[in-house]
Order: sequence, then structure tokens, then C-alpha cells
Amino acid sequence: MAAFFFDYVWPLMVMVAQSLLLLVILLVGIAYILLADRKIWAAVQMRRGPNVVGPWGLFQSFADLLKFVLKEPVIPAGANKGVFLLAPLVTCTLALAAWAVIPVNAGWLIADINVGVLYIFAISSLMVYGVIMGGWASNSKYPFLAALRSAAQMVSYEVSIGFVIITVLLCAGSLNLTAIVEAQDGRYGLFNWYWLPLFPMFVVFFVSALAETNRPPFDLVEAESELVAGFMVEYGSTPYMMFMLGEYVAIATMCAMGTILFLGGWLSPIPYPPFTWVPGVIWFTLKLLFMFFLFAMAKAIVPRYRYDQLMRLGWKVFLPLSLAMVAIVAAVLQFGGLAPK
Amino acid sequence: MIVAALFFYLFAGVCVASAFMVIAAKNPVHSVLFLILAFVNASGLFMLLGAEFLAMILIVVYVGAVAVLFLFVVMMLDVDFAELRQGSLQYLPVGALVGLIFLAELLFVVGAWSIGANVTAVAPIPPLASISNTEALGLVLYTKYVYYFQAAGLILLVAMIGAIVLTLQHRVRVRRQDIGAQVARTPATSIEIRQVRPGQGLQDPNPQGGAP
Repeated sequence: MAAFFFDYVWPLMVMVAQSLLLLVILLVGIAYILLADRKIWAAVQMRRGPNVVGPWGLFQSFADLLKFVLKEPVIPAGANKGVFLLAPLVTCTLALAAWAVIPVNAGWLIADINVGVLYIFAISSLMVYGVIMGGWASNSKYPFLAALRSAAQMVSYEVSIGFVIITVLLCAGSLNLTAIVEAQDGRYGLFNWYWLPLFPMFVVFFVSALAETNRPPFDLVEAESELVAGFMVEYGSTPYMMFMLGEYVAIATMCAMGTILFLGGWLSPIPYPPFTWVPGVIWFTLKLLFMFFLFAMAKAIVPRYRYDQLMRLGWKVFLPLSLAMVAIVAAVLQFGGLAPK
Repeated sequence: MIVAALFFYLFAGVCVASAFMVIAAKNPVHSVLFLILAFVNASGLFMLLGAEFLAMILIVVYVGAVAVLFLFVVMMLDVDFAELRQGSLQYLPVGALVGLIFLAELLFVVGAWSIGANVTAVAPIPPLASISNTEALGLVLYTKYVYYFQAAGLILLVAMIGAIVLTLQHRVRVRRQDIGAQVARTPATSIEIRQVRPGQGLQDPNPQGGAP
């Protein structure tokens, strides 16, 4: 009985506890990232942003949460009920699932799998289903158009993200996220990280991440001037909130991904004391917030792209560029004798 | 290893059930969604076998790209599939025959392990503990099987070019965007500032003979 407990029950309890801890921290973090997004956006437009609920509006996200949860969910009569309710669930669950493999410090992750990068890539390629299912099941024109747009957009930009990931993998020599971060460790601190040698790919990754998560300036999925509110038109209350939550978690995942692939994960930018005394998780959080600040500024500053320009950028600019970079990086590593192992 | 067995039956059961629902579902979009569920569970089975790379690639390629296109097409079709399926029972004997042949072949393949127990594998199988299966695949794919790999790539290239040739049509008198020309425009080449006296308007709309 004791053996059974320690073989099966105890590991399960540890896993559940770890997952719960991660979820709570992540969701509270998302609440404040959302607030930060609105505050930054407001500051750029010289507004105050949310400032009523709590000191400096710090509880705004929680007030929104209560509002969404307490409202009545409305399901359109013509909707395909099962798929309609499944869509936000898919979006939210997949977005949260990606965080299982993200290392926030050396060894601080739930599942240290060998193919961590591929796992996140697979999850982010599945995110399109939430949008397509929601758009189709609403049985309405605007959501359907938005769903078609988003399917094309997300599939297109996945290709360039894939090639960006490949260049980083070539340099690091591993698919494991922890190994990728450790490969960026070196004497020169932040100049050892991959953003410097792979700078063009960092830019491509950043722009593709914006498009992949449907962030402005690529938010054509919910372009309110053309499509009312895109695939979410028919959604309200809790299902809408789950879409929004999934979207912001996916954005945080992309920021974490950029941090790990290009900004050295939890490594200190100056690899000497006293900077190395700071816990890695704080460096990781700071870098993630820096990435998110870039996302928020892009939203505030850049006007929305036109759809044909978006497609042109993805297929005619980023795809050849990233493909060429894969060849160049591979050649430099091979003939320069820099290839890992 | 009871947990692994439980998960095997979970994945296998859901996989078979959703594969059945692919052909049984009334709504074609539901069929594609069940197909996706079947793919995801098949990837779970790969994971149980320790083939984590294949599991992830199955999801990225089939679920993330191929099934999206399926869904894309099926969503836009306006076909009454219930009507199409009216006479589908008459294909049952042929389908059953194909299924039986396939089952027999599978049994032969599985049986070969016990029949030819002393047949060695073509390439030595590296121990799973010492090498990750991404590495193991990479070691043979680009060395031992490089010609097959290149041949597969060539076939895909031909298919891709074929698809482009079939669908590309050069229509005349279509106003296309030249992004380079649009970006290269400056105020000097695109606007002209005129002084207009009150009450007179533009007397000579085209004094220099330039563009109106």
C-alpha cells in the first residue's frame, strides 16, 4: 500500500500541485499584463487608462473578470451549440498547456521534455482551431469571414516562425528549452545571447509572433472597422472571456518563447556578481515584460496592416528571408567550425 | 507500468471511436473535427512508444496544417452530405473486403516478429537511453537515407510547382500593387502646391503641362 502511494499517488499530487501553482501565478500575471497593455496604450495616446477600480486601477482586471462571469451567456439560435462552446475552451486550454514546458529558471518547469520547442510550436499551431471553430459555429457572416482570414494568416506566419526556430536550433544543437538557454551562457553576458548573431531572425520572430497571436497591427481577425469584432461577434460573458484569456496567455507564451530563444532565458545580462545573485526567475520575468512592452508599443504605434500586405509580408518577404538565413546559418556553423558537438 | 497501459487504452479507445465518428457524423465539419481528435490521440500513442519527435511532427504537420486546410474547404462547401450518403451502404462489401485485406496484412506484419525472430534489423537500433530519438532520426536520415530524403523533397517540389502552374493565370488589365513604387513616392513626385487667390479658383489647370 505504501509502495503504491509513493509510486503513483504522491507523484500525481506533486504534479497537480505544481500545475496549480503555475496556473495561479500565470493567471494573476496575465491579469496585470492585460492592465499594463491598456495602461501603455493609454499613455501613448495621452490618456489615463483604467484608474478607477483600486489604487491606480490595479484591480481593473479582476472587476472585468467578475463582470464577465456574472453575465448571462447567450448562444445564438442558429449556432452549432457544441462546437460554439468548445471553441473558447480549446483556445484557453491550449494556451495554458504550452506553459508546462517553459523553464522560468534552471529546472523550474513542470515537464522537461526533449522536444520542448516542438511542443510549443505544435500548441501554437493548434491555436487556430479555437478561432476557426468559433467563427464557423457562430453561423454568422462576420465571424465566418474572420475565421477564414485567421486560418490563412496563422498558417502563413507559422512557416516563418518554424524557420526562425530552426536557425536557433542549429546554433544551440538541441530541441530542449533548458539546453537552448544554457547554450547562450557565456563570458560576455547579454552579447552571448542569440539576439545579436541572429538579429534579423529576432526581428522576423517578433513580427511573426505579432501575426501569430493576432495582435495589432495584424489583428485582421477582429478588425473592428471591417468585421465588427471578428470571430468573437456572437460571444459574450464567460466564453468571450476565455477567448480573451487564451489570447493573452498565447501572447505571454510568445514573449516567453522570444525570451528563451533570443534573450537568454533566465541568464543574467552581466554574468558577474552582484547580478548573478539575482534569482533567474526575476531576470526571466523582466525579459518577458520587456518583450511584452514591445508588443504593447507595436499595438499603440503601428496602424493596422491591410490583408493583402499582411499575406505579402508573410510569404514574399519573411519566408525567403528566413529560408535564406537557415542556409546561411547552417553554412557558417558547418564551415566555420562553430557547430555544437 | 499500469499507468502507461491505462493511457494506451485511453488513447487507442478514443482514437478508434473518433475514427468511427469521422464516417458516422452527419455534419462534415464535425467529421473533420473528429479526424483531428483521432490525429491527436495517434500522437499520444507515438508518445507512449517514446517517439516524441514523431508525435510532435504529427501534430504540427497533420493537425496544424493539413487538417486546417480540410476544415477550410469543408466549411465553405455547401453540400448536403446526408443526400450524398444515401447510397453509401452499397459500398459496404467493397469496404469490408479492403478492411479485411488490411487486417490480414497487419497480422502478417506483427506475426513476422515471432516468425522471423532471428532476422536482424537493417540498421542497428540505438538504445533509447543514450540518444534522443530526434538525434537518432537525424543520424540516419541525412546519411544513410539521404537519396530517399532528396527524392521525397524533389517529389514535393514537383507537386508544388504543378499546383502553382495549374492555378496561376496571368490576367491582363488587372491593377496590381507595386509596393516598391508606392514606398518610393515622395511629396516632390506626388503633390503640387498652388497658390489660389480668393474668388478666382484655378484659372489655368495645367500651366506647366504637367499632370493635372
